[in-house]
Amino acid sequence: MSNELKLLSTKVTAGTMTRREFMSKAAALGVTAAVASTILADAAYAAGPVKGGTFRMGVSGGESTNSQDPATWASDAPLAGGFIWGEALVYPGPNGLEPKVAESWEGSNAAKTWRFKVRKGITFSDGTAVTAEDVLATMQRHSNEDSKSGALGIMKGIESMRTDGDVFELTLVIGNADLPYLMADYHLIIQPNGGFDNPAAAIGTGLYTLETDEPGVRMTFKKNPNHWAADEMGHYDEVELIVLNDATARTAALQSGQVDTVNRVEPKIAKLLGRAPTIDVKTTSGRGHYVFIAHVDTAPFDNNELRLALKHAMNRQEMVDKILQGYGSVGNDMPINEAYPLFDETIPQRSFDLEKAAAHYKASGHDGSPIILRTADGAFPGAVDAAALFQQTCQAAGIPLEIKREPNDGYWSEVWNVQPYCASYWGGRPVQDQMYSTAYLSSADWNDTRWKRPEFDAMLLEARAELDEGKRKEIYSKMGRMLNEEGGVMVPMFNDFVDGLSTEIQGWETNPSGPQMYWYAFAKTWKA
Amino acid sequence: MHPIVKLVAQRLSLGILLLFAASALLFGLTEILPGDAAQAQLGQSATPENLANLREEMGLNRPALTRYAQWIGGILTGDMGNALSNKLPIGEQIGKRLGATMFLAFWAALISVPVAILLGLVAVRYLNRWPDKVISGSTLAAISLPEFMIAYILIFVFAVKLGWAPSFANVPPDMPLLEKLHSIALPIAVLTMVVLAHMMRMTRAAILNVMQSAYIETAELKGLSSFEVIRKHAFPNAVAPIVNVVMINLAYLVVGVVVVEAVFAYPGMGQYLVDAVVKRDVPVVLTSGIIFSAVYIILNMIADIVSILSNPRLRHPK
Repeated sequence: MSNELKLLSTKVTAGTMTRREFMSKAAALGVTAAVASTILADAAYAAGPVKGGTFRMGVSGGESTNSQDPATWASDAPLAGGFIWGEALVYPGPNGLEPKVAESWEGSNAAKTWRFKVRKGITFSDGTAVTAEDVLATMQRHSNEDSKSGALGIMKGIESMRTDGDVFELTLVIGNADLPYLMADYHLIIQPNGGFDNPAAAIGTGLYTLETDEPGVRMTFKKNPNHWAADEMGHYDEVELIVLNDATARTAALQSGQVDTVNRVEPKIAKLLGRAPTIDVKTTSGRGHYVFIAHVDTAPFDNNELRLALKHAMNRQEMVDKILQGYGSVGNDMPINEAYPLFDETIPQRSFDLEKAAAHYKASGHDGSPIILRTADGAFPGAVDAAALFQQTCQAAGIPLEIKREPNDGYWSEVWNVQPYCASYWGGRPVQDQMYSTAYLSSADWNDTRWKRPEFDAMLLEARAELDEGKRKEIYSKMGRMLNEEGGVMVPMFNDFVDGLSTEIQGWETNPSGPQMYWYAFAKTWKA
Repeated sequence: MHPIVKLVAQRLSLGILLLFAASALLFGLTEILPGDAAQAQLGQSATPENLANLREEMGLNRPALTRYAQWIGGILTGDMGNALSNKLPIGEQIGKRLGATMFLAFWAALISVPVAILLGLVAVRYLNRWPDKVISGSTLAAISLPEFMIAYILIFVFAVKLGWAPSFANVPPDMPLLEKLHSIALPIAVLTMVVLAHMMRMTRAAILNVMQSAYIETAELKGLSSFEVIRKHAFPNAVAPIVNVVMINLAYLVVGVVVVEAVFAYPGMGQYLVDAVVKRDVPVVLTSGIIFSAVYIILNMIADIVSILSNPRLRHPK
């Protein structure tokens, strides 16, 4: 970069030159607009965060039925809003857990007892002090027998909970080295008295406070000056979350500068959008994956030869290229990829091999009746097309796969976890233990492949309480191989999160836990 | 009693009966849909325990008739109750949503109805000459494109390329009127283009029909200019069919604009109803459905009354 340009860019960050002047001077020096704005961005980044302004997010995944009660959250807009006004004990940051309401935590007694120290002197947005009792009440609301919470599934195996001064203590029936990660679940936002009094009051310990809330339309937030980290984070004065469920509306809003960022950029337009001079497209490889799930206890899928035939007949690379337009990576018939800690990369990748598929199909002795795969547009983006690709390659291997298209409406209650073979997706979990416990433990409610193996369960529990990471990695590797060879889950691909961002926004970092820096863009970015 | 008053009374009581029938039909249909509000809310995170607890809290374990009776009872006493999904009062939510829908429909109608009628008159005046052909051709082209397509084209040109109007219609309650109008400029344009052709063609056809009459010839013979003939003699006699088609389009502007709402992220009734159906929020579905039915019934009644008033033979029955 020429010294002249460098000098000019510092002028902009210092505020003595406008962005427009800079761009025209840069153009005069023969620098293209794209390069000039990168120079400007680097200079702004180096100068450190700028305070002020409004951060406007265009978010897909909001409905007029949304509530501010964390127990009800199941889509992107409410949980994104929740992170703005509230905090859980901890937050899954890009480099591991970040302390939020809990200042520190420690496990003991073979990871059975966990003590979370509540941060000193912090208050809820209504001014009351945050106590360990509030934390305890929050956990009770999500785990007691009257719980209607979406977090109930992960709040299992708790033997007792209590407070001890400013410490919240939790004792498990079986040790779990990953318990703090469970406490990072977005449902577990700490509320006054656990939200028993008024669950949807949106009173929390967040960097901002909720100003207006129109469900399925927009939320606006104002900076909370009393937050414990108000100086280091939350650079904007205000944050606005606008629900834009229509993909074209979202892109248009970003292009016309009405919002600063959008989630869920459609893979097919991502490359085109990224060419616009004022827009960056950010991709994050995450833990979310698309699946075709077969019940291993239901004919004909109770025959492992048939499952292997289907697994070998799947052209994963073609699906990544055509369904995800390259914004993703191939799956390996297990729900784990390199985005998880303790992942064993030596597990061999399942090959696309029609001869092997045909041989396994023959060995299965299947009677040739159609194998029905249920799918719907809502199962995952591109699920119907993916099923069609799968059907074609199956046909080439002589496997009579038949697609049955189901309506989106009611798919999760009538098809998923009910029908023996269907398309679905998983958002991924922060650690392997949680992913396996959620869907592959014999007793799991969401065991959507009916995978019930005592030896697998035993390994899972052994790994859970194991504090030696080397040994844990070894156990997880065995479990992964077992699912890969015998499981009912067929994983064609792991999908990237694709976000669109105005080039004005600085400080972006990727977080494999979710899109939009796992919804912390509002806290960690700023406008140059 | 004046026959008109009698007619209105008759129509009103019939309308109320119809509303009851509509609500029963809606309730029956929502019951047939697979799944319930508890399942829809928990989705993939449903476990048997939280599902049972949520059903209990939402009162979904009670028999269907009890739930329907409770809702009817509430409506009759003016209490619309709370939504199952987010527990917000339905009355308040619908108030905001219906206000937004009416705001959009009002401005779209204010522009499209006079423009359509005027274009219809002009088309008749210059029948089969170039103004008629341009008007018919362009409005028919607009109605033939799907509304989301028109919306995307307008967004691309006027929001993204020219930056004249916002790409989505954000209308917070505290926004000044002029800003609100700027905000909904594109949705109004789309709606106008969608409803224009129907009303324009109907105006044109109705007036043309009257123009064949002997009294029009008389009017021409006594030396009136062709616009005067249309204004004084043809239009008043063509009012009934025109009002009918205007009312149908007004009803569409209130209840049928969900696609336009979705494209412009406009917080109207359509999106509210669709979300409620997806989440099986039966009280919201019923209440919104009733409001939509009422809009249709009232607008149709107005159309009937206007046609009767405009026709002396119907106005003074033997």
